[in-house]
Order: sequence, then C-alpha cells, then structure tokens
Amino acid sequence: MHAFNYHRPSNVNDAAALAAKSVDAKILAGGQSLVQAMKLRLAAPTDIVDLGTIKDLAGIKVDAKSVTIGAMTRHAEVEGSAEVKKAIPALAALAGMIGDRQVRNMGTLGGALANSDPAADYPAAVLGLGATITTTKGTHAADKFFKGLYETALRPGEIITSVSFPIPKRAAYMKFKNQASRFAIVGVFVADTGAGVRVAVTGAGPCALRLAEMEKALSAKFAPESVASLKIKSDGLNADLHASAEYRAHLITVMAKRAVEAAMK
Amino acid sequence: MGAPLIGARIQRKEDYRFLTGAGQYTDDVTLPRQTYAAFVRSPHGHAKIKSINAAKAKAAPGVLAVYTGEDIAAAKLGGLPCGWLITDVNGQPMKEPPHPVLAQGKVHHVGEQVAVVIAETLDQARDAAELVQVDYEVLPAVADVRLARAKGAPQVHGIAPDNTCYVWALGDKAAVDAAFAKAAHVTKLDFVNNRLIPNAIEPRAANGSYSRADDAYTLYVASQNPHVERLLMTAFVMGLPEHKVRVVAGDVGGGFGSKIFLYAEDVVVTWAAKQLNRPVKWTADRSESFTSDAHGRDHHTIAELALDKDGKFLAMRVKTTANVGAYLSTFASCVPTILYATLLAGQYTTPAIHCEVTAVFTNTAPVDAYRGAGRPEATYVVERLVETAAREMKMDPAEIRRKNFIRSFPYQTPVALLYDIGDYDATMDAAQKLGDVAGYPARKKASAAKGKLRGMGYAAYIEACGIAPSAVAGSLGARAGLFEAGEVRVHPTGSVTVFTGSHSHGQGHETTFAQVVADRLGMPIENVDIVHGDTSKILFGMGTYGSRSIAVGGTAIVKALDKIIAKGKKIAAHLLEASEGDIEYANGVFKVTGTDKQKLFGEVAFAAYVPHNYPHDKLEPGLNENAFYDPANFTFPAGTYVCEVEVDPETGVVKVDRWTAVDDFGKIINPMIVEGQVHGGLTQGIGQALTEGAKYDSTGQLVTGSFMDYCIPRADDVPMFQVDTRETPCTHNPLGVKGCGEAGAIGAPAALINAITDALGVKDIAMPATPQNVWRTLNQKKAA
Ligand SMILES: Cc1cc2nc3c(=O)[nH]c(=O)nc-3n(C[C@H](O)[C@H](O)[C@H](O)COP(=O)(O)OP(=O)(O)OC[C@H]3O[C@@H](n4cnc5c(N)ncnc54)[C@H](O)[C@@H]3O)c2cc1C
Repeated sequence: MHAFNYHRPSNVNDAAALAAKSVDAKILAGGQSLVQAMKLRLAAPTDIVDLGTIKDLAGIKVDAKSVTIGAMTRHAEVEGSAEVKKAIPALAALAGMIGDRQVRNMGTLGGALANSDPAADYPAAVLGLGATITTTKGTHAADKFFKGLYETALRPGEIITSVSFPIPKRAAYMKFKNQASRFAIVGVFVADTGAGVRVAVTGAGPCALRLAEMEKALSAKFAPESVASLKIKSDGLNADLHASAEYRAHLITVMAKRAVEAAMK
Repeated sequence: MGAPLIGARIQRKEDYRFLTGAGQYTDDVTLPRQTYAAFVRSPHGHAKIKSINAAKAKAAPGVLAVYTGEDIAAAKLGGLPCGWLITDVNGQPMKEPPHPVLAQGKVHHVGEQVAVVIAETLDQARDAAELVQVDYEVLPAVADVRLARAKGAPQVHGIAPDNTCYVWALGDKAAVDAAFAKAAHVTKLDFVNNRLIPNAIEPRAANGSYSRADDAYTLYVASQNPHVERLLMTAFVMGLPEHKVRVVAGDVGGGFGSKIFLYAEDVVVTWAAKQLNRPVKWTADRSESFTSDAHGRDHHTIAELALDKDGKFLAMRVKTTANVGAYLSTFASCVPTILYATLLAGQYTTPAIHCEVTAVFTNTAPVDAYRGAGRPEATYVVERLVETAAREMKMDPAEIRRKNFIRSFPYQTPVALLYDIGDYDATMDAAQKLGDVAGYPARKKASAAKGKLRGMGYAAYIEACGIAPSAVAGSLGARAGLFEAGEVRVHPTGSVTVFTGSHSHGQGHETTFAQVVADRLGMPIENVDIVHGDTSKILFGMGTYGSRSIAVGGTAIVKALDKIIAKGKKIAAHLLEASEGDIEYANGVFKVTGTDKQKLFGEVAFAAYVPHNYPHDKLEPGLNENAFYDPANFTFPAGTYVCEVEVDPETGVVKVDRWTAVDDFGKIINPMIVEGQVHGGLTQGIGQALTEGAKYDSTGQLVTGSFMDYCIPRADDVPMFQVDTRETPCTHNPLGVKGCGEAGAIGAPAALINAITDALGVKDIAMPATPQNVWRTLNQKKAA
C-alpha cells in the first residue's frame, strides 16, 4: 500500500469538501473494495476521506411505501434487519448473499453502489426495485445511475447518502455464484411492483441492466413458465474463465425462472 | 497407569499456542536492525532481459541495496539444485537447466525473481521495487503440457530440445503389448490431471541474518525440512560449511509439499544478510505465492487397461507427459516417475504394466510435490480406468475391483514395489456398508424426482508412504538419504524432551509423537515435549513429506526410546542389585521380575544424572539417546472411498452429497488427528476434482492468479464426511504404522469424477468439474 493522508470528517459536507480538494482523493466506506485495490497497489489515492464516523449516514427507515437505507449501513445490518425482512424480504436475503460474514460486517450499501462492480449484488436490487439514490448533490433514479463498467452517474466529490427502495408486492433475488469469488456470475432480481414487473440482472453485462423481454412476459403473467423458455441473447454478455456468454445467457433464464418461483412462495 | 495413550483421542498440545495467537511463524521473527526485501518479478512468461536500470530504486528513500542477476553471478552463487537424478530411456541423465536465484539474461515464467530491493521498511522496499526498470524483449511462450512438444513450440531452454527434460519408462513393454493383443476388452482414457496451486495459509517467508563475529548465518524460513534446506543451500548453492549455517523453521502454517523445496528467495536473503551485515526479511504476499510457489500435478495422460472377458485385468499401458514448469524444483523429477509409475498396480493383481513418462519444460511456475505427489495422479489413472471398464463391460464397479484385488502378501507388483500387507476387501466391505451402497437406488430415484441427477463413484486407492529406504532411493537417483533421526533427552527429574527431524506444519506431531513416547515410557503426556524445526537443536532430519513422519520419524524416536529403556535397565539393575536380564520395564517402573523390588523411571533418571551410586566402570552417566532409522520398505496405506453427487442439470452445479472413507493406515496413534488429516486430504482432493485448476494463457500469463479466480473449496463445498478405519499393521516398523497425511487427496479426485460421470452418463469429464464444464458436457451429450 502506498502512503496517503487520512481524514475523518464528522459530517457529510466536510467529507464532500475534503473529497473535492484533490482529484486523487477517495471516499472510504467499508473498504472492502477500495482497500483491496490499495493493498494490491492498483489504487494509490493521495487522500482517504473516511465516512465511518458520520453517524447519520447509517440506519434503516421503513414507512408504508418504502425502505430507506443510509449509505453507510453495513450489509450485515440489512441482512439482519427485522424491518427489512418484513417489508422487502428479497432485499435482506440479497444482502445476506454478499461475500462472507467479515465482508458483510464491513461493506456498505453506498460503497457497493458507487463501486458498481459488474458482479455486485446490490445494483440488481436497486434497479429491480426502481430505487432512488440520494446524494450530496441531489437524487438519481436507478434507471439512470449505472453507466458502465465501474461507472455511475456520480460526479467527482458526490457522496451517496441514502437509497430509498419502494416496497414491491413481491420480489425475489436469485444469485448464481462464481465458485471462487462468490460474486455473482449472474444474479437476477425480479419484482412485481403492482404497477408492472421489473427484472434486473447483475454479473451479465458491464453493469446491472434490465431485461425488457422478461418484464413484458412477466407483466402479462407472473409465473415461472413465462420466462422458462425465454432465451436470452448472449451477444455482448460478459465472458470469462468461469462462464462464457452463452452460459451466462442460459443462467439468466434459469435464475429468472427460479426468482419468480421464489417470489410466488 | 491409565489407559494406553496410543490410540487415544488426545487434544492437540500445540493448539493452545495456535489458538491464542502465540505461534511463532517466520514473519513473527523480527531481529534487531531488521531490513525488508521486495522482489521484482517477471511480468512475462518468456522474455529476454535487455537491461535493468535500478538507479531510481537505489536512490529511493530507505533503500539499502538493489541486487540483480549480475550481482549473483559476480558472487558466484550456484543455481538451485534438483535433488533427484532421473536417467532417461537411453541411459542419459535428465536435462538440468541452470536455475539461478535471480534471473540471468532471460526469464522463463511469470513471477520469476529478477531483482531484489532491500530497504529499512517493507513499504519502502515495495515502493522502490516499482522503480526498477527492466527492459524486456518478450518471446513466444508455451504453457500447456499438451503443447510443449508440439512442432514449432517455443523452446524454453536451449539445452533441452523439444522442451524435453527426460523420457523415462518403467515396466515390461513386451509383456504389456502381448497382453493387449489377446485382450477381450480395452478401456482407454485420455485426460489432463489438472495443475494445482498449493496455497498454504502461511505464505512462504524467509529471514536471513549474519553474524560477522562468528562468521555464521541464521535463516528463519517457512520450511518442511530445515536440514535439507541447509544441506542444499550450503553444499550446492552458497558453498558454505554447514556448521556455519543454522536453519530454523519454527511454526509453519501448512505446506502441502510446497515448502519442501529450496527456493531462490531463501538463498537471496541469506546471502544479502552478509552483504549488508543486517538481517533481511521477506514474506510472500498471496499474489507472489500464486506465481512463485511450486505448483502440483499437471499431467497429460493416455491410459489403457486390457481385460479378459470376465473382467480380469491383464495389463495396463500408460503414457504421461508431465509438466515440470520452467525449472526443475527440488524434487520435481521424481514426482511424475518414481512416485507415480510405481503406484500403477493399485490394489490389483494386474500382471503387466508399462508406463512411459515424458517430462517437459514450459513457461510456467515449477511443478513439484503437492499433497500426494504422484500418487493422486497414479490413483486417478487406475481408478478412472477400472470404473470406466466396469461400466463398459456392464459389471458392478465394486465387483470388478474385488475380482482383481491382491489377497496374498507380501506381493511384488510389476512396477517395483513390494506390498507388505493389506486387506482390500475389508475396507471395501466397510465402505459399502457405512456408505449404505444398498440404499443408493432409492436415493437416485428421490433425486430424479427433484429433477436432479445422482451418481455414485468409488476409488480404491493405494499409496506408498514412509519415504524411503535410502539404498532403494539412491539406486533410483535420489541425491540424498531418506532416513530420519530422533533424540530422546531424559532430564534428571524424569521428564523428557524429544528432538525429531520430522517437521510439523499442521500435522500435530507435538501431540502424536508425545503420545508414542509417553505410552512407551509409561508417563503422563504432560511430561513429554517434542522439539522440531531447528538445525541447531536437532541432530539431523530429512523433514516431513510423503506421509513419512510417524513411520520413519516416529520409528527413529522408538529406537532411541529402546536405547533409553535398555540403559535404564542397566542402571536399575545396579540400584536394585539384580542382574540386568531380570529387569523388566512397564508403566514407568523398572522391576526385578517376580519380585516387588522396583525403581521408578524418575529414580533411574535421577541416578543417571546424580551418579553417586552408579556403575561407573560399565556405564556413562546421563540418559540421552539418539537414533537414525532407515526404513526397510515403504508403507502401503490403502482404502476405499465411495461418494455420491447430485447434479443440477439446469445449472451444472455438482453437490457432493455423501462421502464415505474407510482407510487402512495400520496402527493409529491418535484417531482424532487422523480424522482431521483425512478430512483435509479429502477436501483438497474434492478441490482438485471440482473447483481448482490453475490456468495459464498462451503467453504464459497466470489467469488464475488470485482467490477471485482460483477456487479452493470452502467448508460448505464438502459434505459431512463419514470416516472409519480398518487395520493391518505395517510389518516392518515397530509401531505398525503406515501414514495418513495424503490419502484423502490421493483417493478423492477419482471417486468424485467417477460419481460425476455416472450421474451425467458420460465417459469422462475434465477436472475441475465446474458448473460451466458440467453444463457444457451435458449439452455435448444431448447434441451427440
Ligand atoms: C472477499 C470479498 C467478497 C465480496 N463478495 C461480494 C459479493 O458477493 N457481492 C457483492 O456485491 N460484493 C461483494 N464484495 C464487495 C463488497 O460488497 C464491498 O463492500 C462493496 O463492493 C464496496 O463497499 P464498501 O463499503 O466496502 O466500499 P469501499 O471499498 O470503502 O469503497 C468502494 C468505492 O466506493 C466509493 N464510495 C464508498 N462509499 C461511497 C459513498 N457513500 N458515496 C460515494 N462513493 C462512495 C469509494 O470511494 C470507492 O471508490 C466482496 C468483497 C470482498 C472483499
């Protein structure tokens, strides 16, 4: 790891100001992606702005329509939250599928979204539920947030403060894990929102994306057989040692079918 | 005295230390005036080094020195030696390309050490290492074992045409050919035994220091055999007298073979310590481990089994190409030959076997012994062939094995080994019962009802442990002896310290060996401590690998104990005014036979050290004995594994659902530790078959260079194991022990692939059977 300056601001405005000071400054949340990159010497920020002590960035609020989660809320808190389990069980379950216990105790929702790893889980829920991302500079609709490989709509110095997830009628997330990393080779989030069905997939493209064909089929009839034989085109899907584009395309169908089955239970 | 200690489930003495964080690993050793090394490594699989510019690195903060291959050449340091000479089919010695400790003009694999930067702190060393500018001319590379001898393949070393290190053979080719000619059935398989990366939890580490006052070196190193490390380093590389070098391998966090070998970094830090007159420490990070530890396996094999119409094995023909990587590591040459071809008889009476092995150089990390070392590869050949033959001939896979079991011992195989004892029916019977093979059809039905494919597979393995009778090994090319040494030091008040040349890096010797000693001497285990891993404390040692520790190291200790008891009897005879022949020893008491006259062990020890009343005319004072033991033969653990898998045909995911292992390890000292060894071995074997596979691309880049892509199994990848043992005591060592450290890794891959191919209804599937691989195999089957 290269040397860096460490800052621990007490509120989010100071954090934003510190982060804006240098182009090579980095926000630190749970450190489960950033610190890895620093240890491997792939990232060498001059300044680290740690959000860890900013109290109001963490926490879960649930009302009749939505679940709002602070950016610094750890995966484990979401996983274990009785309120989230009741309002959007699929979201708690998804949080519980991230990494391992140690990672879940450190990693945060804000970090996961800002990082936009192509194989991360949360983006599938954010997109699948049509969540709203609130930042120090305003709000972003989920559909306009993920831009590409590790790329989001966030501007330099913009800090995610919370995410608001509308409560769906029913939803489920099915993750097919990479055996080694246990990130998603393919993860499909299916949500029956009441006003239509949303299907989002992670792991398959440069960032999380929606599957219009499946949404259409499921909006017509929310049942496994609506998607079971819907073949996804493999063109442009990710391909690596663990899964070819064809295999990923196949897995999207299988995981979508299983997600619908789970959502109906 | 209480219950016997041999055979007791005693909790590990060492675990308190480990579990409370009090272990002392190499990286925990920080010496006064410590400095830190970072290695500059090749990013290319194959390249010429046109120039190295270290000026910036040398000027960086805290940097004390930067050394390159030129400095090593100027210092006349030798290359790393290979410890086993293989003579090829034409009587020529194997090709041994120089293996420099820092690259000389050319790099031959990604991760090869090119330069070292030594600085006041580790971060300074690493920062400066990034400033060393190496100008490479990239050359075409070859990494795949199947392509190494292809026409026009890039040549790794000038001295090894066709990238061939040797072509070696064992067995009677004419007899095999004749048997095949009259066979009713021939089963043939063509497969790769996948390359594995050992991944001990503690990465390699070395801390070299030098004392100008004594002109002596100390090397702390994560090693499985400190004396061998010292011997190779002093005699072959550095030209130093052994008594001026101390090697300490204290607590070592796993090895699986990868820490047997002498590595370049160990030499460099030791040498540099003298140059700087300061200690130099290096600890690999995980990325370095992936690219620079010796890997395992990586064979391409074409194997055939000839059978008569009743399923009796007539002959086996095996042709293997073994990847030895870019350089010959310490035991690289003997693993795919001596430790492989000799095991091809398995548990069977196959009368004729021929095996030809071609070892090839490639632009990959060196390949050497990894848990099982040759025997997993051999077992895979035999047990895949046997199971496949049974299916092709529509015979029950257990019955075809029973039809061919060796039942009369000693048994001379056609591939050089003499099995002393075994009972293969016993382990097969027990495994079938414990594994509820009878209930399999019902379970298969239940799986099918859930849309899952269930399969069952066996492996009835044999292995050779207790390496090795030195004369036999020597005649086969070993450049070292393979005995073991032990010393029993009885203290004046009767407690005991035992020094062993075996090394414990997870095996639990501090407990197992103490059980043997306490049991033999009839004293509480608390009175016995085991010391290992320091050349300045232990008389000599060949270290731990090949499941040799209890059979060879344990026997050396027993021999020393026998001497202690013999001397104790003399002292007791004197004290009790009896004749030596009338003294018997049991339960910690020397007794005059048939009387109640006795002396306790502690009283005798005390008399030896406070020899006021002592037979000085006949006996030296003191009670301290050592012994060297050279085994009479290998030991032959064997067993049967049965596993069942359930495959999800939609995704290709294989769930290992049931696993039964019944092993014959001879006498068992501590069943709990043995079970732990079996669990660990099975898990590594399951890893090989299901999740692990090192992959290089065609330029020699390691594609699986981290745990993000290289998958070692986790606890939830394996089932609850059902393990049991059957016992035929080894006939040629006093404890009757055989060894248990590698069995699981040896038998598991074949059993698992047998189960998966059964579930899928295919002849073969490449390891590792990852979900994608299974899915593709099913698609190909559908298409066919
Ligand atoms: C072993 C391991 C396994 C993992 N497995 C999974 C998995 O299965 N699924 C999965 O989804 N993830 C997985 N992860 C990643 C994990 O979820 C990370 O926690 C997450 O991706 C990043 O969150 P973090 O809080 O750790 O962020 P950090 O690592 O601290 O930061 C990541 C990036 O986001 C930026 N950032 C952080 N917070 C904010 C904010 N509030 N506003 C703006 N920018 C911000 C940082 O500057 C940085 O660029 C794994 C990680 C590890 C180490």
